[in-house]
Amino acid sequence: MGAEAQSIPGLGAPADTEWETVVGLEVHAELATETKLFSASPNRFGGDPNTHIDPVSLGLPGSLPVLNQKAVELAIRVGLALNCRIQPSVFARKNYFYPDMPKDFQISQYDQPINVDGWLELPTGRRIGIERAHIEEDTGKTVHIGGGGRIHEAGYSLVDYNRAGVPLVEIVGHPELRSATEARQYVAELRSILVAVGASDGKMEEGSLRVDCNVSVRPAGSDRLGTRCEIKNVNSLRSLGRAIDYESRRQIDLLTSGQPIEQQTRHWNEDDGRTHALRSKEEDHDYRYFPEPDLLPLDPSPQWVEQIRQELPPLPRDRRLRLAEAAPSADAAHIALAVERSLDELAVAAIGQGGVPERVMTHIVHNLADGPGELTPQALASLVGMEDKGQLTATQAKRVLAVLVDRGGSPQEAAQKLGFEAMESVELESLVDGLVADHPDEWSRFCDGDAKLTGFFVGQAMKATQGRADGKAVTQLLNSRRG
Amino acid sequence: MTVLGIAGAVRSGQRSARSVVDEYLGAIAEGDDEIHAFNLVAAEQARARADEIDSTVAEGRDPGPLAGVPVALKDNLCTRGVPTTCSSRILEGWVPPYDATVVGRLHGAGAVMVGKTNMDEFAMGSSTENSAFGPTRNPCDTSRVPGGSSGGSAAAVAAGFAPVALGSDTGGSIRQPAALCGVVGVKPTYGLVSRYGLVAFASSLDQIGPFTTTVADAAAVLDVISGPDPRDSTSIGDSQPPVSATLDNGVDGLRVGVLAELSGDGISPDVAARVRAAVSALQSAGARVAEASAPAAVYGLSAYYLIAPAEASSNLARYDGVRYGLRVDGASTPDMNTASRSAGFGDEVKRRIMIGTYALSAGYYDAYYGKAQRVRTLIIDDFASVWDQFDLVVSPTSPTTAFSLGERTADPMAMYMSDVCTVPVNLTGQAAMSVPYGVGDDGLPVGVQILAPALGEPIMFRAAAVLEASR
Repeated sequence: MGAEAQSIPGLGAPADTEWETVVGLEVHAELATETKLFSASPNRFGGDPNTHIDPVSLGLPGSLPVLNQKAVELAIRVGLALNCRIQPSVFARKNYFYPDMPKDFQISQYDQPINVDGWLELPTGRRIGIERAHIEEDTGKTVHIGGGGRIHEAGYSLVDYNRAGVPLVEIVGHPELRSATEARQYVAELRSILVAVGASDGKMEEGSLRVDCNVSVRPAGSDRLGTRCEIKNVNSLRSLGRAIDYESRRQIDLLTSGQPIEQQTRHWNEDDGRTHALRSKEEDHDYRYFPEPDLLPLDPSPQWVEQIRQELPPLPRDRRLRLAEAAPSADAAHIALAVERSLDELAVAAIGQGGVPERVMTHIVHNLADGPGELTPQALASLVGMEDKGQLTATQAKRVLAVLVDRGGSPQEAAQKLGFEAMESVELESLVDGLVADHPDEWSRFCDGDAKLTGFFVGQAMKATQGRADGKAVTQLLNSRRG
Repeated sequence: MTVLGIAGAVRSGQRSARSVVDEYLGAIAEGDDEIHAFNLVAAEQARARADEIDSTVAEGRDPGPLAGVPVALKDNLCTRGVPTTCSSRILEGWVPPYDATVVGRLHGAGAVMVGKTNMDEFAMGSSTENSAFGPTRNPCDTSRVPGGSSGGSAAAVAAGFAPVALGSDTGGSIRQPAALCGVVGVKPTYGLVSRYGLVAFASSLDQIGPFTTTVADAAAVLDVISGPDPRDSTSIGDSQPPVSATLDNGVDGLRVGVLAELSGDGISPDVAARVRAAVSALQSAGARVAEASAPAAVYGLSAYYLIAPAEASSNLARYDGVRYGLRVDGASTPDMNTASRSAGFGDEVKRRIMIGTYALSAGYYDAYYGKAQRVRTLIIDDFASVWDQFDLVVSPTSPTTAFSLGERTADPMAMYMSDVCTVPVNLTGQAAMSVPYGVGDDGLPVGVQILAPALGEPIMFRAAAVLEASR
């Protein structure tokens, strides 16, 4: 259990080893199309309320949906990237009354979704089953005015239909995740895949990626699923982790005190760090699904699917494998980070051009968080080569890198402009000899084995050269003089 | 006057569109208080449009094939800037911001919209008595209903208020009122005419079609309004040959079936006699006649009264008081929804929403909606066999002539039986039309229904022309 969950008052002692948390996620991703799923209105975040609308997305009487083929293509990309089977599918109406849903039904896919039976591999190598990834339309947004924004206390509500009809793909995972950490890994990986294939911008903060999570617990070793609760309003990876930790703790405490779990939909409250009951199973809607008569069945041709498959860019998993091959000693987390930041191609290319993998990865992980800018693989390879030869110190290399990111060019040129000419070894030796002579006390303590003094001498060398000295070379010289 | 007669006179400059429109507006002003065919008469707009047509003619430009032809539109067809009510209180005050595809096509062909016609609320009914604005009377006998749900359109043409009107046919709502008012009414093949802008009742069954006084007029109007529409996914993608072109080709050698399932029980003897006369006429014109059978057709009415309400329950959900039309305030949003819908919908609409909601509910879906869809498939299969042996099938359009106002309002089942001959065609999606063929014992019109396979309009119209000529 996470520290946050344990710190909540009134909860009993954790019993992690006796209970297993089971998580299944339903992720809604907005597809990055120009126009809406069934009409020509723009699919764009924001905008003045009710400006991205038309008779179809407002559900005006007499209007009819026409399927956006680009949305279908993006959904197929998602299906292929998640190793799904692409099958003939049928749109269905999901009927329920809600003011931000213009037709009071949502066009979705029900018993015949387009993508089924796939899997997603976590960075740890564990595969999580994907039940389906189907196409559906988004709803509008209701804003409650007065009463602090909560629906039950609101004075009145206003509806913005700009989002109504935006294409979504809903990715339903099997309940095979076993912890908050795994759930976060799953969503992070899924987001990378969606972004990589160009299906979605994956922005959780703008709501283009939304996660509903189903949480249950069971005695460790059991193969039966416990009663689950669905948690809504999880708006970041951090909230996802916290919400799952809280919810599994809550359920374990109920069970250990002999109380049953009620199947519920619960609302995550970011402020108090708890989930709150929204409605029970009995209050759930009967959606009265039936095939959407205004749309034809969707049956993508095998040729089209194959063409989409051919055009798929490399997926994060493949990219991680490729980078790990190029930089075998690199940390898995660093590899994942590089891929997440889309720096992996640069790294592989720089290593391919002779860059020392460890040094390349150091820059990738620590110094390129804002992207590679104008930096070319060739320049990165030369840069780490200069470092390796002692021509640049780590500090200097970092500054040269910033110039390369900013303006491009070669590292030699940039180093020269910055005045970073490498110290000749003779010059460095005489500097070290001078320092030893000037600081006899520190030198004798260093010779007695006080390792802290290494830092002292390196610091002095840096000070004397305004950072031009190579710290490693100074250390080597000190050690060789100690004998 | 006929559609073709008016268009010819206006196109050639013999008559001004304005004088035609004024004449029809005069007829409406004089007669519609009694008939109540119209919910709205757009007199000023019609006159302005007629003047435009006349300018076009004067400038020597082509005013279109329906130049100056006054047209009445069923009040479930969206007209930009003109209220569209579906004869329901729930759409009170709603003005569509767009034209239905058919409205745009008629406009482009030079037709002049004179008004919106009365109907059963949301097209649910067979007598036009379910209108929130009061019933329409049958011009042939004003103590009788005009049929429904497109009763206003049928009555407008029968009364001479317009030479053509458009209606919509979900279970017979064009053909049955056409029969009862003694005019021609066409239910085209599903997908031949775009539904974009037709306020949906039952999406998989709805189809727009014309009412006219002659078969040739109906063909001319159908040729204008039909054709592919990218705004309707169910519209047929390929253009079809014009029906008008082959109208006079006769029926010599065609195989005509008399549908056994729609000829026996429940058909009034005088109606049956007129159908026999029509069959003889086709035979005399060279058709080969035999009995045809589609056994599952007898279950058509039952399947229809589950599928249509099921789709309607979903299509009509959007009338919730949130965005347009009637709103009755409530303490919460669901209360407001309930109050608005309770006040805005009439009894028949509520009945069908309840039936449809029930038919789709968890635990009942398979027994009702699912089973009805299986029956629909059986009927489609049966008709496929019929079309292996026949080019056309003939039956009565309505089991009886026009009934009296109020006669069936208390008995929904009796009212539903009015559609027994017409609903199978909506379930299969094929073409059908009603052609007036004499009168019954009460002196009221009898319609003969001609059924054709999907996209069989050209042959169907040939037979209709033969019947018309043999009257």
